[in-house]
Amino acid sequence: MSRKFTPKVVTANDLLEGDSIWMTADGEWTRDIAKAEYLEDADHAEARLKLAESQPGKIVGAYLADAKLGENGPEPTHFREEFRVSGPSNYTSSKHGAASHV
Amino acid sequence: MYKYSDFDEKFVRERVAQFRGQVERRIDGSLTEDEFKPLRLMNGLYLQLHAYMLRVAVPYGTLSSRQMRQLAYIAQKWDKGYGHFTTRQNIQYNWPKLNDVPDMLSALADVEMHAIQTSGNTIRNVTSDQFAGAAEDEIEDPRPYAELIRQWSTDHPEFQFLPRKFKIAITGSPNDRAVVKAHDIGLRMARNDAGETGFEVIVGGGLGRTPMEGKVVREFLPKADLLPYLEAIVSVYNLLGRRDNKYKARIKITVHENGLETIRDLVEQEFTVRRAAFSGIDQEMLAEIKPAFPKPTYIQAPTDAFTTAYDADPVFRSWVDTNTVAHQNGDYAIATISLKKHGATPGDATDAQMREMADLAEAYSHDELRVSHEQNIVLPHVHKSHLPAIHARLVAADLATANVGLVSDIIACPGMDYCALATARSIPVAQEIATRFDELKLEHEIGALKIKISGCINACGHHHVGHIGILGLDRAGVENYQITLGGDGTETFAIGQRAGPGFSDTEIVPAIERLILAYLDLRENSDETFLSAYRRLGADPFKAALYPDAEKGRKHAA
Ligand code: SF4
Repeated sequence: MSRKFTPKVVTANDLLEGDSIWMTADGEWTRDIAKAEYLEDADHAEARLKLAESQPGKIVGAYLADAKLGENGPEPTHFREEFRVSGPSNYTSSKHGAASHV
Repeated sequence: MYKYSDFDEKFVRERVAQFRGQVERRIDGSLTEDEFKPLRLMNGLYLQLHAYMLRVAVPYGTLSSRQMRQLAYIAQKWDKGYGHFTTRQNIQYNWPKLNDVPDMLSALADVEMHAIQTSGNTIRNVTSDQFAGAAEDEIEDPRPYAELIRQWSTDHPEFQFLPRKFKIAITGSPNDRAVVKAHDIGLRMARNDAGETGFEVIVGGGLGRTPMEGKVVREFLPKADLLPYLEAIVSVYNLLGRRDNKYKARIKITVHENGLETIRDLVEQEFTVRRAAFSGIDQEMLAEIKPAFPKPTYIQAPTDAFTTAYDADPVFRSWVDTNTVAHQNGDYAIATISLKKHGATPGDATDAQMREMADLAEAYSHDELRVSHEQNIVLPHVHKSHLPAIHARLVAADLATANVGLVSDIIACPGMDYCALATARSIPVAQEIATRFDELKLEHEIGALKIKISGCINACGHHHVGHIGILGLDRAGVENYQITLGGDGTETFAIGQRAGPGFSDTEIVPAIERLILAYLDLRENSDETFLSAYRRLGADPFKAALYPDAEKGRKHAA
């Protein structure tokens, strides 16, 4: 008996910038998880991961991360993935700058 | 300060050029990530949660003002205006772009620094006492030996693929500020009965998944035998260390599984072979290194201005009492600049702060700075008459927090705010504890207390040797914090013992508060530190404070 598949998103880090990115339905990459393709089927998810891994010139370290569907699109379920979305919690200006530092 | 030789310079420049080529080939697709990853790691470039991270070695924690200024420049130009000083006396940049890293490495090479061997199964940056060369209790400045070890271990062809990473710490003082018993090899300077100085050699210490106290493999090693003996240990480990299981690959397991006696016999056998092969070259190297670490040319000046300020200004007095310690020279002091402002990220400094610390070192500390494993910056040689001026400038730079060695001087690893290996965050826990005890205004009354926090079992935050250790774990998808008690990283070394079940992220700070308030009730007087009280009383009364409900339950049952 196969276990129920937990929905996923394909995520990775951008090769040049290093920041967290997610794969969209058209095979592009976005910095907004809500725009990511929500993967509800195990085989399809594997196929999308393969597609991601075939783009080493753009990305590093692709993997499937658990997700749920929120109001605006996919959202993370585990706190590790939440931090990858929100950036470090010590600088509240988020991952896009250390403006609030000191 | 040690100056690079032509050889060092050429080696580092070549490595930068090679890495530039490797980055280009990665970007144009001629190298896959699998091929590139070991190459970038050899140059200290990691991939973390939100970005790359560049780990730069600060050899034995010593920096010149010029080097500190360059670290500031790199933070400003290629990162987000700050850097993070780590428990291994390194600095980490959290936001480099892949394309920029070769330029960053080149800028480091300009000031004789690099990121080589800050990753991989190699001999890592040699760490040392942050007060080396200045400490009142010191037998001898350990840094010439640390530099000798650095030169020997850098690119050592035999030791580039060890079973696992390998860390060496060295101290010249009987009071251990370098946690030598938690290193693969710890070296503690000692005197023998004849009054000669040498090293006590400790092997197989480590924290992480299986914390172990290092064991003395040689009571007294003459200084001249240092490198052949180290080489003997590392080569025995290289052959015997387990490569089949990453979790059993560190030398602490090799020593544990084979027994200290076996290891000692093998090392002594190998040592005789190695010593013959060295033929004095190491002693020639040492003789060249030693003049690079002279005693400062001390200034002769009255210290009245210091005394006047000390008597008149309570804020200054508090800072002096808390953040400075005695220097070898009675007119001097060692001043620690706290990177632990209440509520700030432990170990972080902005580029402006780095520049100000560099300027202070140039003006007032014989051009020297140190990075401590406790994630603070040290001005090692300060004439007391300069302390008021230094303090005033630290106040202006937001660097004058008087909390060194106190409850808010917390070691915290990057944890899940940055680190890809983390199982929970550590920085916010440190921030909240520091903020809370600042509110309570109890910090100085509590006195000496070391809290250390790691965001996973790897223990970069040294939680096992915290008087209070906190380990962040992932328990079924929720952050959970486990407390250990009674750890000690000094010469009275002890591994902390787990107190009981973990606490959630909202429970952990109140739990720490209960624990410390209980200590205030339990101590005999204000001279009895948390650690002494714990040693006198055992864990039970502290556990009772941590788990009041469990205690009630037990009473009911009784
Ligand atoms: S202890 Fe774990 S979370 Fe913290 S820096 Fe080390 S590997 Fe990362």
